[in-house]
Amino acid sequence: MTRAAALFALLALLVAAAARAEDHVVSQKDARFAPAELAVRVGDRVVFRNDDDITHNVFSRSEAGPFNVKLQPPGSESPVAFERPGVVDVRCAIHPKMKMRVVVGE
Amino acid sequence: MSRGTVRIALLALAPLLVASVIGAAARPASEAQSDLAALKAKYRRPASVPHPPDNAPTEARVRLGRSLFFDPRLSGSGVMSCGTCHNPGLSWTDGLERGVGHGMKTLARRTPTILNVAWAEALFWDGRADTLEEQALGPISSGDEMNMPLEVLVPRLRAIGEYAALFEAAYPGEGVTEQTIAKAIASFERTVVSERAPFDAWIEGDESAIDAEAKAGFVLFNEKARCASCHSGWRFTDDSFHDIGVAGEDRGRGAVLKDIEVAQFAFKTPTLRNVDRRAPYMHDGSEKTLEDVIALYDLGGRARRPSLSAEIVPLELTERESRQLVAFMRTLTSDDAPVAIPSLPR
Repeated sequence: MTRAAALFALLALLVAAAARAEDHVVSQKDARFAPAELAVRVGDRVVFRNDDDITHNVFSRSEAGPFNVKLQPPGSESPVAFERPGVVDVRCAIHPKMKMRVVVGE
Repeated sequence: MSRGTVRIALLALAPLLVASVIGAAARPASEAQSDLAALKAKYRRPASVPHPPDNAPTEARVRLGRSLFFDPRLSGSGVMSCGTCHNPGLSWTDGLERGVGHGMKTLARRTPTILNVAWAEALFWDGRADTLEEQALGPISSGDEMNMPLEVLVPRLRAIGEYAALFEAAYPGEGVTEQTIAKAIASFERTVVSERAPFDAWIEGDESAIDAEAKAGFVLFNEKARCASCHSGWRFTDDSFHDIGVAGEDRGRGAVLKDIEVAQFAFKTPTLRNVDRRAPYMHDGSEKTLEDVIALYDLGGRARRPSLSAEIVPLELTERESRQLVAFMRTLTSDDAPVAIPSLPR
């Protein structure tokens, strides 16, 4: 019985955590990120969507959350989870003028 | 619905279908015109030249930068200036397949023009410098290029008496430093802007400024030939990096972004302003004429690698279309005024 209660409590916690984590969409259109800055919470995902008719390659070298989604054909979506608090500067490896910032809060 | 009702319904629809087919085949001329007008609007010249907030291009800064740019004492040998390779008489490049540096050494890449670099971002063929100020000191201090260590350059310029007043006027109280040298050269470079070309006159409404072949070439450039995927805007570059299928071992931007596949063998998209005066082409001078360049793109690149850009696909251009594209590119050349080389400080 105690074991079942503990399991239930754990499940409840997991569900609560899952409910808290949010998805945010960042569009890439006319070789610009929109929005140019985004505040998220630890555990949230940012979905980088290519709304252009050319290929992009979103990546970051920031210590708070380095990532590389690799090639993004037109129309594709690339979700990235942010697990640590901090500032993540996001770029396109093909188009250096494309810049945005994800601010990850606790 | 009975078969009879379906037939009646189809009959009722028929005129609509016919109308829409006719509409698709022959769109009203006014609609095609407005498409072209929208396309042309994307290529309008900007009204002003950008600069960083901490380095507004005052007359004194440009004057100092011009002297530094053309001063061979900025090189280890004392015979090379920035202007040796970025020669204004050759559209601010050198006309060679690849640059020639210190001790007549042939360099790995072609000399890029500095035309319109005020608007550029990620400088050098591989984009390793973020700003013009950062870029300016690179070729000076490179052992292969001007071979002038910066710790030697600063005292050398301080010892040239007439430079002191120029630096003081440009950057009061800051003296001769690596930073003020870089900022002055960048300020001068921001004045190197290609002048109005026949294309600009056409964009602004003068229908007689370019001929029908060039106008057809402009539409091909934006549509079938897909050139504007990268060569967009009034400078005809979006400052992007692509592997366009030029054969060779030089990894270009791949040396800067080592773990990113799409950066391998990728090079900066160059401006196409005054392009017919800047042969040969590509980062290594491997294409000799504009016709050769079109042939490379028409093939979908000469080297097929995993990093080949997704924008590079066989184009199936006709000979006439290739000629029209070249005709269009030739309308981007301006008749720029002669550039005066200053009497250098002693």
